[in-house]
Amino acid sequence: MSNNVIIAAVVAGAVGIGAGYALFSGQPTQTVEKETVTSAPSGAGTLDEVRARGSLNCIINTGLAGFAAPDDKGKWTGFDVDFCRAVAAATLGDADKVNYTTATGKTRFTKLAAGEGEILSRNTTWTFSRDVDLSQTFVGVSYYDGQGFMVPKSLGVTSAKGLDGASVCIQTGTTTELNLAEFFASNNMKYNPVPIETNSEAQELYKAGRCDVYTTDASGLYATMSSFDNPSDHMVLPEIVSKEPLGPVVRHGDDQWADIVAWTLKAMMAGEELNITSSNVKSLAGKDNKNKEINRLLGKDPLQGVSKLGLSPDWAVQVISQVGNYAEVFEKNLGMSTPLKIARGANQLSRDGGLFYIPPIK
Amino acid sequence: MTFLHNIWHNEKSREIIIQIFVLLCIGWFLSWLISNVDANFKALGKDISFEFLFIPAGYDINQYLIDYNNRDSHLRAGIVGLLNTGLVAVFGIILATILGVTLGIIRLSKNWLASRIAYWYIEFTRNVPILLHILLWHGIIINTLPHSKNAINIADISFLSNRGFYIPKPLTENGIELVYLLLVIGIIFSVLFFKHAKKKQDLTGLQLPVFWINLSVIISLPVIGFFVSGLPISLEIPVLKGFNFKGGMHMSPELAALTFALGIYTAAFIAEIVRAGILAVDKGQREAAESIGLKPSKVMKLVILPQARRVIIPPLTSQYLNLTKNSSLAIAIGYMDLVATLGGISLNQTGREMETMVIVMLIYLSVSLSISAFMNWYNNKVKLVGR
Repeated sequence: MSNNVIIAAVVAGAVGIGAGYALFSGQPTQTVEKETVTSAPSGAGTLDEVRARGSLNCIINTGLAGFAAPDDKGKWTGFDVDFCRAVAAATLGDADKVNYTTATGKTRFTKLAAGEGEILSRNTTWTFSRDVDLSQTFVGVSYYDGQGFMVPKSLGVTSAKGLDGASVCIQTGTTTELNLAEFFASNNMKYNPVPIETNSEAQELYKAGRCDVYTTDASGLYATMSSFDNPSDHMVLPEIVSKEPLGPVVRHGDDQWADIVAWTLKAMMAGEELNITSSNVKSLAGKDNKNKEINRLLGKDPLQGVSKLGLSPDWAVQVISQVGNYAEVFEKNLGMSTPLKIARGANQLSRDGGLFYIPPIK
Repeated sequence: MTFLHNIWHNEKSREIIIQIFVLLCIGWFLSWLISNVDANFKALGKDISFEFLFIPAGYDINQYLIDYNNRDSHLRAGIVGLLNTGLVAVFGIILATILGVTLGIIRLSKNWLASRIAYWYIEFTRNVPILLHILLWHGIIINTLPHSKNAINIADISFLSNRGFYIPKPLTENGIELVYLLLVIGIIFSVLFFKHAKKKQDLTGLQLPVFWINLSVIISLPVIGFFVSGLPISLEIPVLKGFNFKGGMHMSPELAALTFALGIYTAAFIAEIVRAGILAVDKGQREAAESIGLKPSKVMKLVILPQARRVIIPPLTSQYLNLTKNSSLAIAIGYMDLVATLGGISLNQTGREMETMVIVMLIYLSVSLSISAFMNWYNNKVKLVGR
């Protein structure tokens, strides 16, 4: 008898699964579509969602000095944070209307895809697979970075080529592992990888001497070093072993939103190019400037398409007055006056020898 | 009508109907989940594909039991991770069992101090989360042991530092076959001698020192072969070269920390299970054994433990399963197990979170079910045979 019951049960279970699956896959009913909307936001209408909510949801780093770290009052500050604030200023007119969600290197794309934020602003490297295969849109480069190596000066190493046989601490969940493997293989060197989930734990292992070297993006190394008790005991080796163009990411499928985020970034850079700063932007916006590009950017003269983006004509004024132009944001968070002391390097306008070349605002 | 009425009022057929109904509901729910995932993936423009398993992984792994380099596939990286999981699980289970059984027996000791120490050990250990144990052990190892340049030198052949423990590696040369052959002969002899001794004891009651004789035969035969064939084993001694030791065998601080943490944590639970098992044996058994003049150690080994084993094995199985699953916390200290390789770096490099997680879950499921099946087999073997 018991055998019969088991057989009947198995058959019934199979029939149930089959019937249920046929039911759902056969007709994409409304229940399924509703489910889709709530759990995974579809492409269009991101701006409307943000406006309706009255705030922007932004995904940032769990903590990296200079890029996204809470200050002594618990407020998030940093280069990536300021970009979230800039987009909030452009879309909502108020840079403070941002909710921050933190993500590790591993969870960030999942969180963006699941709709936990409208922007991923978390020093994310633009690569082909991430752009194409993961169905995301990289809207531009906000920081040209590259992977470097930090060592204690006492190690007596001056070049990454001298690291044969070293133990290397890696912050995992990034492109870092691949660059590291390629660099050591191409120089016929061996190494012992110690992959660690977060920056703070990797720091501890490096400080305890579990590893000889710590590797991540050079900006991250400077940020980490600045938080040490004796930053001068450590150095970043001259070799930069990878291209790491970092920038904000949005979901595929909403071109309007991608344009807003992309042009917010460009407006900040254009601000630097046109010498518009947070202190003079209000007065420049109030008068007729000789340089008509300033007029168009600040909404004095009509700029075709701003209304198509769904933004008010003074969007760039809001961005620059509340957050600042690119140079201001860079200097405030990463520049020579900060503990990080990062030189502009590639991160300046093309006219100054950097890599930023801004399309005309017309 | 009467037919339906009869079916419903027959106890057995009613049971079947209800069970079919419940199963239909479960099936419906599962298919709803699957189709929901499917629909959401379609909405995100993602597909489900396992092709990524066969492209080169591109990253390196610091401990591999089978050959691996960064040109191997994600699948192979996953297998390397799985073997690392298996290695730490085996080490952990051995440590936890030895420590747990010892502690469980000490806990019942009449010696007040010994029993209290075991009690405090158990209470402290099992009430602190396992993740903290792992971080604590790792912290102790990397912060208290010296750097590799000042490594603790043990007889110039082994070295202990916060990069791990290095011991010489035996390398075999020509003539080693004789040693292997003599080892096999020694084992065969031991088995035969064990049977002979048992037969003799059954017939005459005379006990032969089986353990010591077998041990000396198993050890001495290969050793004689080793000298006869001209010392066919050489040692590869680790030497400090550049940043780290090269050569020899290496146990990383991560593997050591994880083994200690998992073993010591699980031992506390096993100790309680052993204690419960021993207490479950009727005290008349102990008294009877003592009254025929057995030594306390023999009472434990021959009378109490064989009976306690029946009570101990089922909960012990779930401790082994827990230990194996807890080893997935390895990622916290950078031990590259299955979760860190396939479920970590591969996931991040390929963005296939659904696929990798499903694979990792299925692997843990099958590992756990295998351990369970083995322990059930063992349990059936030792359980009281009903007559």
